[in-house]
Amino acid sequence: MAINTAYIGRTFDPSEPYEVSRVKIAEFATAIGEPSPLCRDRAAAQAAGYPDVIAPPTFAIVVSAAGSARVTHDPGLGVNYAMVVHGEQSFTHHRPLHAGDVVVSQSTIEDIRQIGTMTTVTTVTEIRTTGGEPVCTARSVLIERGA
Amino acid sequence: MGSPRYDEVQAGAELPLRQYQVTRRDLVRYAGASGDFNVIHWNERVARSVGLPDVIAHGMLTMALAGRFLTEWAAGDPGAVTEFGVRFSALVVVPDDDKGATVEIAGTVTERLDDHRVAVEVTARSDGTKVLTRARAVVRLP
Repeated sequence: MAINTAYIGRTFDPSEPYEVSRVKIAEFATAIGEPSPLCRDRAAAQAAGYPDVIAPPTFAIVVSAAGSARVTHDPGLGVNYAMVVHGEQSFTHHRPLHAGDVVVSQSTIEDIRQIGTMTTVTTVTEIRTTGGEPVCTARSVLIERGA
Repeated sequence: MGSPRYDEVQAGAELPLRQYQVTRRDLVRYAGASGDFNVIHWNERVARSVGLPDVIAHGMLTMALAGRFLTEWAAGDPGAVTEFGVRFSALVVVPDDDKGATVEIAGTVTERLDDHRVAVEVTARSDGTKVLTRARAVVRLP
């Protein structure tokens, strides 16, 4: 197999800080058809107890992408990305992401497995504020299909 | 539909079924909003060249629709979905017409947890096939 199992357990450098903006949250909410005013109206979000407009739960993939790119762009891992599909995704939100958050994401390869002709790569990405507050844990499984 | 209150919800309760349309336009919009510009989500020629039947939806868009389904049920609060995980079990094929694909989402409360939270199991189907499996969420209710 081509994928380098020596990468199991490896933690990559954190991403550059990502600033969550109201405009981006609204754009994402519109793209998924989420009508909630909590994603668009600061006063409504504050009335519901949030500091500012909040992101839909899967918005975390946008933020975690910067961290997981460190994994996918590492030539030593040996993944053929033309053959990769997204197998699984999960998020554990310690709190919702909101506009004004400045966060970094940092990925660790939790597991690499060969299943028949397929190889799965499980990555855990921690999203934290630049102040160190944990916000979200994202886990993804990528599948490299066998040729 | 009124949103349920934690005190009223029992294990086994069903969430109201919803159908969502996904067109090529939605895929382009999601690509821009998410930053996922993988060509197989907007270019039929490239999709077919790598063995796909047609352009397919982003798995994360299907997951986002399931998230929206949960949010709507939880009094419209996107912050109520604290845990959410899925397995992408089949492709959502999006034809080049005005109707696109239909994703049908349903859910069942599997357990009442503490702190106003419930566990929900979600199913999503498109074209008769389950496109999400092992789709589970923890949702906080009023």
